[in-house]
Amino acid sequence: MEIFIQQVVAGLATGSIYAALALALVMIYEATDVVNFAQGEMAMFATYVCWTLLNAGMPYWAAFFATLAIAFAGGIVIERVVIRPVENAPILTIVIVTIGLLVIFNSLAGWIYSYVQKPFPSPFPKEPIRIGGIVFGAHALGQIAVTLVVLLCIWLFFRFTPLGLAMRAAAQNPVSSRLAGIRVGWMLALGWGLAAMFGAVAGIMVAPVLFLDPNMMGGVQIYAFAAATLGGFTSPLGAVVGGLIVGVVENLVGTYVKFIGTELKLTVALAIIIGVLLVKPSGLFGRAVVRRV
Amino acid sequence: MAPRVRLAVVLAALALACVLPFFLSGFRLFQFTQVWIYAIAILGLNMLTGFNGQISLGHGAFYAIGGYTAAILLSHFGVPYGWTIPAAALVCFVAGFLFGLPALRLEGLYLALATLSLALALPQVLKYFEHWTGGSMGLVLAKPEAPFGLPLDPDQWLYYVALAVLALLFWLAANLLGGRVGRAIVAIRDNPIAAQAMGIHTALYKSLTFGVSSAYTGVAGALSAIAIAYVSPDSFSVFLSITLLIGSVIGGLASIQGAIYGAFFIQFVPNWAQEISKAAPWAIFGVFLILFTYFMPHGIAGALRWLQARMAKARGAKPVS
Repeated sequence: MEIFIQQVVAGLATGSIYAALALALVMIYEATDVVNFAQGEMAMFATYVCWTLLNAGMPYWAAFFATLAIAFAGGIVIERVVIRPVENAPILTIVIVTIGLLVIFNSLAGWIYSYVQKPFPSPFPKEPIRIGGIVFGAHALGQIAVTLVVLLCIWLFFRFTPLGLAMRAAAQNPVSSRLAGIRVGWMLALGWGLAAMFGAVAGIMVAPVLFLDPNMMGGVQIYAFAAATLGGFTSPLGAVVGGLIVGVVENLVGTYVKFIGTELKLTVALAIIIGVLLVKPSGLFGRAVVRRV
Repeated sequence: MAPRVRLAVVLAALALACVLPFFLSGFRLFQFTQVWIYAIAILGLNMLTGFNGQISLGHGAFYAIGGYTAAILLSHFGVPYGWTIPAAALVCFVAGFLFGLPALRLEGLYLALATLSLALALPQVLKYFEHWTGGSMGLVLAKPEAPFGLPLDPDQWLYYVALAVLALLFWLAANLLGGRVGRAIVAIRDNPIAAQAMGIHTALYKSLTFGVSSAYTGVAGALSAIAIAYVSPDSFSVFLSITLLIGSVIGGLASIQGAIYGAFFIQFVPNWAQEISKAAPWAIFGVFLILFTYFMPHGIAGALRWLQARMAKARGAKPVS
């Protein structure tokens, strides 16, 4: 039982990373109907930025928030410069452009920072925390807490601020929003900025566990895909729930199903993606796509 | 181009390719062998993504399946290497067809997602079945000698094998895509509903295209396993799939000859770029990928077609096609 609870909490911790990255994917999908295949690599690059700031002697949380700001600006620039010209192009074109971004970020990181794995500090204490006689890693609990705080902020932002309302309107009905005086193009760019920020949170939180290297986010991204697919690409809440479920399932399957262990972890994600797409393509919380013929 | 001129150009190119081994040796020749192999793989991807409109970001997975089919047949069962190529085609056809069945329900982005996940997950699976695949160590193979006492070394022989397979598969693809089946495949891409209304069995054609496309890429994988005489899971990472996609986009997605231009690009550009930095090839790949989608969406093949049309117009002739 003790192992079970520990594994569930560990699962929630990794799940919160998947949730943050899945939320980033969903935000961009909602706003621009694009799945950003470069999301993981953008997060990885932001983590390197944070590493640079930390190495320059900045205190942890200052570097953390500075990185979020840089990621936010970077996301906006990418939308304006790279995505905007192909906004109305066929899906294939947009997919190819995001794949191009993926490749560029991956190689830039390798070029600037080399492919050697780097340790990354955690802001949380090293000593494990005991709750009711069960031992938990402090970083795992901190990771969950940080993600929850970010989620709460974003929910408040979208629910209670005029800008959040404008962004939701622009995503749902661009034409009417434009008539109502909302600058739709900029709202979409803001969406990319926010998504890049969530990605940065995911990257910074997962780096102490996985170690920082240019290919760090490959596995995380496939799980974030699985999370977004499970929750539904059209539902931010779904992305979060999906992320947590996928994290817990991954850990429990790794612990209890012997022939899968840790060696076939990515195959579990593939199975989740294909399974969900076959049984319920809209995911748990997404709305089904209805198309006019 | 008039058909007779086109035939002449193709034959001239083929003749040039045939005499190449007498001027190049060792590593240079191997690079050209690899170009023909990549061209076959990219042609498979072009059929699926370019002609049929199904996005695959994971064709490296079928390349890997083809390569491992050949390697396992060679090292565990001692099958003559000539038979491993059709075997790889068959295995990959079935694998592609089966993957294509559920993929029928996935459109655009979702298919891209599923195929990318396939490419990400496959190396782990290959490592897992260690008994057959040799785990992370991979399988080491022996290079085949030229038969019938031909005065060729193994590298030269493999070059001709790859070139012959390339010529055969391109001829087949040109016939397949130029005829009734090809028009059905393109119609499904352009307007699936209208295609269905015209009596095209969309589901069957889509999964068959997936199967044939995988078979092409699988044959390329098998040839590459034999030519390199080694397979390992890490040579089939997700970046292989992306490399094939890049070749496809650069050469021209919905084009048969484009596959060859794309293959030259992905084989030789990294070699030059490597001299700048280890990471440079990928940075250049990424930049080219984005620039091509902006400015040359039909790739090199499209640019050549445009040039021909311009030249024909300048000569006052009526442009053909």
